[in-house]
Amino acid sequence: MDFDIFLQILIAAVAAGTPFVYAALGELITEKSGVLNLGVEGMMLVGAISGFIAMAKTGSLLVAVFVGMSAGALLSGIFAVLTLTLMANQVASGLALTIFGVGLSAFLGLEYTSIALPGVPEINLPLLAKIPVIGKLFFSFDILIYCSGLLFMAVSWFLYKSKAGLVLRGIGEAPKSAHALGYNVIKIRYMAVLFGGAMAGLGGVYLSVAYTPMWVEGMVAGRGWVSLALVVFATWRPARVMFGAYFFGAITIAQFHIQGFGFDIPAQLLSMMPYIATIIVLVLISRNQNTIRLNSPASLGITYHPDNQ
Amino acid sequence: MTSMKKQVLSVFILLACVAGFSLSAWAGDKLKVGFVYISPIGDAGWTYQHDLGRRELEKNLGDKIETKFIEGVPEGPEAERVIRDLAKSGHDLIFTTSFGYMNPTLKVAKMFPKKHFEHSTGYKTSKNVGTYMCRFYEGRYLTGIVAGKMSKSNVLGYVAAFPIPEVIRGINAFTLGARSVNPDVKVKVIWVNSWFDPGKEREASEALITQGADVITHHTDSTAPVLTAEEKGVYAIAYHSDMSKYGPKAHLTAATHVYGDFYTKTTQAVLDNTWKSEAVWSGIKEGSIKLAPMNPVVPADVVALVDKTTKAIADGSFHPFQGPVKDQSGKVVVEAGKSLSDKDLLGMNYYVEGVLGNVPK
Repeated sequence: MDFDIFLQILIAAVAAGTPFVYAALGELITEKSGVLNLGVEGMMLVGAISGFIAMAKTGSLLVAVFVGMSAGALLSGIFAVLTLTLMANQVASGLALTIFGVGLSAFLGLEYTSIALPGVPEINLPLLAKIPVIGKLFFSFDILIYCSGLLFMAVSWFLYKSKAGLVLRGIGEAPKSAHALGYNVIKIRYMAVLFGGAMAGLGGVYLSVAYTPMWVEGMVAGRGWVSLALVVFATWRPARVMFGAYFFGAITIAQFHIQGFGFDIPAQLLSMMPYIATIIVLVLISRNQNTIRLNSPASLGITYHPDNQ
Repeated sequence: MTSMKKQVLSVFILLACVAGFSLSAWAGDKLKVGFVYISPIGDAGWTYQHDLGRRELEKNLGDKIETKFIEGVPEGPEAERVIRDLAKSGHDLIFTTSFGYMNPTLKVAKMFPKKHFEHSTGYKTSKNVGTYMCRFYEGRYLTGIVAGKMSKSNVLGYVAAFPIPEVIRGINAFTLGARSVNPDVKVKVIWVNSWFDPGKEREASEALITQGADVITHHTDSTAPVLTAEEKGVYAIAYHSDMSKYGPKAHLTAATHVYGDFYTKTTQAVLDNTWKSEAVWSGIKEGSIKLAPMNPVVPADVVALVDKTTKAIADGSFHPFQGPVKDQSGKVVVEAGKSLSDKDLLGMNYYVEGVLGNVPK
């Protein structure tokens, strides 16, 4: 395999991994606050179609991103009301949210099936893009990919360097103690859930507006579930989430190239490769029991009510 | 529930039944024709072609019939319910347009022996179930000629869905067509294991282009391969529908299927009471396979060659799988002077010479 193709695979892998980056980092924040939202797939779908409609109607990427994020946040808002205010079971509500999102997006998208959009142009950063190899690999993507990089930095800084992040993590570990210290657990969890929804929506927008760029019913095709798995296997650490997302993207792209080169490996087996390889790799790098215990939010998925002491 | 409520409820149910019954009796004038589609119609693809056929049927026989379609019906238990509902609501002729509807169609047909059913791409018929399919491979061969002539890298890319005979037949016909005009050409195939996944179709197209393919074609349902080719500056040959508006520069032509004539003829037969259960496999001769208009970049001599081959297939003097045809190992599978029988075509499970890689087992 010559170097040029290898480079092409890496570039394509970044684009393929970007929807996971958005959705998984959003879910990471949600889970760090102690809430398990299994509705990522549904929120991504609704974000994808809302953003797509906005893009088709206005032609403005900014509007599409805004609408997609709002739609994702709105959907996660339903989940938040159910689980945080009405104390419903988080697992059941999250699953219901996915089922709802699949249906809602199909309904909204009825008239937009197989319409194509112009896509989002690549931005070659001046000077930087001209550096051989590195320029192509890091500095010639579309704006949404750059934003996902910024999001990663922001999330890492927020979680580990800011006071607000410390509070969020504290609430995920011991909501009662945080409550006793005077923090409004429910309000902060609301914000975390809404953020997760907005990011899942944005991941969907990236898929439908920049990546494909078209709308097809059910086009998220399990990426929401993969994002959820990434968060767990990356032991709730942003850098590992990023690595997992791009690794998954790289294997996805590489398996097509392997087929194209005519290696005698069944195509069905190759289709499973991204899932298997990503899980194995992440399990290997995160197999330390102490890291898992240290990083997994202790109150994850447990309903909290300030009056039930 | 109190008895009062129960009474009110039962009266309502009764009313609803009566209303439903009288509605179905009232619309009894025209022949009702039902269509079941696997995906939403959209504006290109498999279902879109069937719906074009339905619209043509309405245009031709609109004063004697009325049509109804149900779109996006998944294969499985849901399909049986939809087909049964159509039969129950007075549809005398029902077209079910996806392979996976085969058993549900046969099952419902048994319950409604007086109704007529036509199932697309299946291989089982019964007294009141006929099947119909196009000779897609004829169109593939013709587009292969165009691809073979237009390729400079001598590598053609093929995004394929599932390794079943129908798809393999298309790959082989395309390869034979391309190599008939350019013996050096090779065809690279990438399987995406999905009929309809624009994300994967795009990734596969990009991989093929990176590996040197300069003409991309596909046996999947979305417009993603054409979009990708347009973006990367290579050529594309579409399938199912004319997709030129998705890639005005890239789109060379498309192998499209045309159902209007078949739908009109079949419906007329039901109106005349002459309908018989048949297994119809129609191609260029019957007008079921047509190429989309050629991109102006295709030279006139190539267009003329395609026209000539089209006529030869139509009058039966040429068959795309006409010997000698060799498989990948160089073994002659169809001897000179012979051509493959329909039975062999339907069971095809090997690549011909010129296709790279192996058929996934």
